[in-house]
Amino acid sequence: MSEPILQVRDLVKHFPVQQGIVFKKTIGHVRAVDGVSFDLNRGETLGIVGESGCGKSTLAQVLMRLEQPTSGSALFEGVDMFGKKSASQLRQLRRDMQIVLQDPYTSLNPRKTVGDIVGEPFEIHPEVAPKGDRQRRVQELLDTVGLNPEHVRRYPHQFSGGQRQRIGIARALALKPKVIVCDEPVSALDVSIQAQVMNLLGDLQSEFGLSYIFIAHDLGVVRHLSDRVGVMYLGKMVENGTEEQIYEHPQHPYTQALLSSVPVPDPSVRDRREAIRLTGDVPSPANPPSGCRFRTRCWKAQDICAEQEPELAVRRDGGRIDLELADGHPSACHFAERHEHVVS
Amino acid sequence: MSATDESTGGSTKPRLLEVEDLHVEFRTREATANVLNGVGYHVDAGETLAVLGESGSGKSVTAQSVMGILDTPPGFVTKGAIRYRGEELLAATEDRRRELRGENMAMIFQDALSALNPVYTVGFQIAEQFRFRRGMSRKDAMAKAAEMLDMVKIPNAKQRVKEFPHQFSGGMRQRAMIAMSLALDPDLLIADEPTTALDVTVQAQIMDLLDELRRERGMGMILITHDLGVVAEVADRIAVMYAGRVVEESDAESLYERPAHPYTEGLMESIPRLDQKGEQLASIKGLPPNLANIPEGCPFHPRCHRATDECRRKVPELLELRPGRYSACHFAEELISSE
Ligand SMILES: Nc1ncnc2c1ncn2[C@@H]1O[C@H](COP(=O)(O)OP(=O)(O)OP(=O)(O)O)[C@@H](O)[C@H]1O
Ligand SMILES: Nc1ncnc2c1ncn2[C@@H]1O[C@H](COP(=O)(O)OP(=O)(O)O)[C@@H](O)[C@H]1O
Ligand code: SF4
Ligand code: SF4
Ligand SMILES: [Mg+2]
Ligand SMILES: [Mg+2]
Repeated sequence: MSEPILQVRDLVKHFPVQQGIVFKKTIGHVRAVDGVSFDLNRGETLGIVGESGCGKSTLAQVLMRLEQPTSGSALFEGVDMFGKKSASQLRQLRRDMQIVLQDPYTSLNPRKTVGDIVGEPFEIHPEVAPKGDRQRRVQELLDTVGLNPEHVRRYPHQFSGGQRQRIGIARALALKPKVIVCDEPVSALDVSIQAQVMNLLGDLQSEFGLSYIFIAHDLGVVRHLSDRVGVMYLGKMVENGTEEQIYEHPQHPYTQALLSSVPVPDPSVRDRREAIRLTGDVPSPANPPSGCRFRTRCWKAQDICAEQEPELAVRRDGGRIDLELADGHPSACHFAERHEHVVS
Repeated sequence: MSATDESTGGSTKPRLLEVEDLHVEFRTREATANVLNGVGYHVDAGETLAVLGESGSGKSVTAQSVMGILDTPPGFVTKGAIRYRGEELLAATEDRRRELRGENMAMIFQDALSALNPVYTVGFQIAEQFRFRRGMSRKDAMAKAAEMLDMVKIPNAKQRVKEFPHQFSGGMRQRAMIAMSLALDPDLLIADEPTTALDVTVQAQIMDLLDELRRERGMGMILITHDLGVVAEVADRIAVMYAGRVVEESDAESLYERPAHPYTEGLMESIPRLDQKGEQLASIKGLPPNLANIPEGCPFHPRCHRATDECRRKVPELLELRPGRYSACHFAEELISSE
C-alpha cells in the first residue's frame, strides 16, 4: 500500500520579476516554490496546506507540467517527469495525472456543453474511448460523479457551483488517471455543498484506487481527506507527516500557530483555548527573510534562525536532528518541539 | 417576528436595531426573486449577533436594507420594518439615512479593496470624514486619521496614513476599512464576511480586533458569515437564515449544543472537524431553492430528511421554544427535547 507513485525532490520554481515596458530587465525572482521534496503513496492522499502565496498552486502547475520547473526532479512510477521521454511515455503521463481546479465558474468553457467538456480528453486520447462509444462513456462519467446523465447537452451556467465542480471532476476522471491534483477544489463552495463534493472525492478514491494531492487552505478539510499532510510556508515545506502527526503533535512553530488560528466550532471552549497569535503578514516571496523564512513572525526565533536555514529533517524535542527517532516526522525548525495540540 | 415582540410594547427601552418581517424582492425582466420573506432579528448595544447561512440566503441583502444601500432597482423592500433606537428607517428621508450612516451605523465588507478608493491615500479617506462631518482642519483630520490607524493596530501609523491602499497587505486593508467605518463613532457595526478573503492567521487577528473594539466602545455588532467556527468564537446570539427567512435564533451555546432546526443541524454535520479525521461527512442533500420559485410549505422540505406531508403543505412559523430560542420547524420541540 505504501509504495510511492510520485517522488518529488528539491523542486524549485522561480518566476522572474521584470521591470520596464520596452526593454524588460529582470530585477529579481519570486521564489514561489523553493526546494520542495515529498513522496505521494499509491492510493493515498497527500494534503498540502499553507497561507495564500506560499506556492501551493505553483507546485500543482509544475507537477502538471503546465509550468517548467527551474530545477529539481519528480519521478512518476519511476519515470523522470521533467526529463527526456519517448512519445508514448509522454502520452501515458498526460493520461495518468489530471487536475481539478478551485473555481467552478472560470475553469469550464461557457460555450461548450457538458458533454463536450467531459468528453474533450477523448479527442486527444481517442484510444481511451473509441468514437462510437464516447457519448455512453461521458454519460457514465456524469453518473459516476452524481450528475444526471441526461444533462449532457446543457451548458455550465445551467449548473450550480457544486455541480460545476462535479463536471470538473468528471473531466479529470475521463482518462482513468492514477493521480489527481486537486487545487482548492472545495474552497469556493458552501459547507453543505463542500461536504457533498468531499464525500464524492472520497468515494472515487476507494472505487478507482486514485492517489490525490489535495491542496487547500482549510485545515479541517485537509485533515478530513488526507493520509499525510505537508505544511508550506513561503515556498518551503516546513513540516510533513501523517495526518495524526501534524494535527495532534505538530513540531514546527508555524504549524502550531496555523492550527491554533483555526476557530473551533464550539462556543463552550471559547475562553479556555490557549491561542497562539501571529503578528504581521507573510513576507514577499520575492525577498524572503534569510535563514528560516518564518523567523519574522516566530516567537521562538534566535540569532541562529537568521543565519542558518533549518533543513526539513526528523528532529528530537529541542531541534536536534535524529534520523533514527522511531515515531518522528520531519520538520524544519532549529528548535522543533512537539506540541500536543488541543483543539477542543 | 416573535423575537422582537417584547420590545414594541410601551415602556421598555427601544432596541438598538430591530428588523421585523422584512420582505425584499428583486425584479428582473425574467422573474421576480423573493429574496427576503419575512426576516426578523434584533441587536442590543454591546452584543454580537451572528447571521449564519449559505450564500444566497439573504444575509447581505438584509444588511443592505438596514444600511439603506439596497440596489434599487432591481431590489425593492415590499413590507416590514427596520427600527434604529425606535426610529422607523423605512419611513425616513434619504438625508436622514445618510446622516445615520457613519454617525450611527457603519458597515465593513469582505473585499476591502473595493471599499477603498485606489487614487487617494488611506489617511486622506479617513480624514475626509472628520473634515466634512466634523468640520476639522486638514491637519487635525490627518492627525485623527493616524490615531484611527493606530487604534486598529497598524504599525507605524503616522507614516502609513500617507500610503495608498495597494501598498497595504490584505489584512492591513481590512484594518484600514475598520478604522474608516469607526471614525465617526457609530454604535452599530455590520461586518459582512469581514475575514472570508483572509488567511486564517490574519483572520484570527482581525476577529480579535473587532471583538476588542466592540467591547471597548459598547457597540452592537452584526457579524455576517458562513463560517461556523468564527461564529462559535465571538457570537452572543445567532440567527440562521435560509431562503430569506430566519429559521432558527438562539444564544450561541445552546445552538451548538443542540440545534433546533434540521437545517442548522445539517450545517453543523457538514463541517469537517480539525480534531478528528472523519469518514463520510453527513451532508445536506440537494441545493438551496431558486428564489423565484420557493417550494411550498417549509422551504427546506426538499432537502430535509425529516420532511413529512405536513411540511410540504404548511409553512412553519418561527416560534419561541424556550426563552430566547426560536425555530421555524414543525418538529422543533422534538428536536430539542430528544436525547
Ligand atoms: N506566473 C507568475 N509570475 C510571477 N509570479 C507568480 C506567478 N505565479 C505565481 N506567482 C507568485 O508565486 C507565489 C506563489 O503563488 P501560488 O499561486 O503558488 O500561491 P498559493 O499557495 O497557491 O496561494 P493561494 O492560497 O492564494 O492560492 C506568489 O507570490 C505569486 O504571486
Ligand atoms: N443587486 C442584485 N440584483 C439581483 N439579485 C440580487 C442582487 N443582490 C442580491 N441578489 C440576490 O439576492 C439573494 C440573496 O443575496 P445575498 O443577501 O447577497 O445573499 P448572502 O446570504 O449570500 O449574503 C441572492 O439570490 C442574490 O442573487
Ligand atoms: S528555525 Fe527559528 S525562526 Fe524558524 S521556526 Fe524554528 S525557532 Fe522559529
Ligand atoms: S418543517 Fe419539516 S421540512 Fe421543514 S425543517 Fe422542519 S421537519 Fe424539515
Ligand atoms: Mg492557489
Ligand atoms: Mg453576502
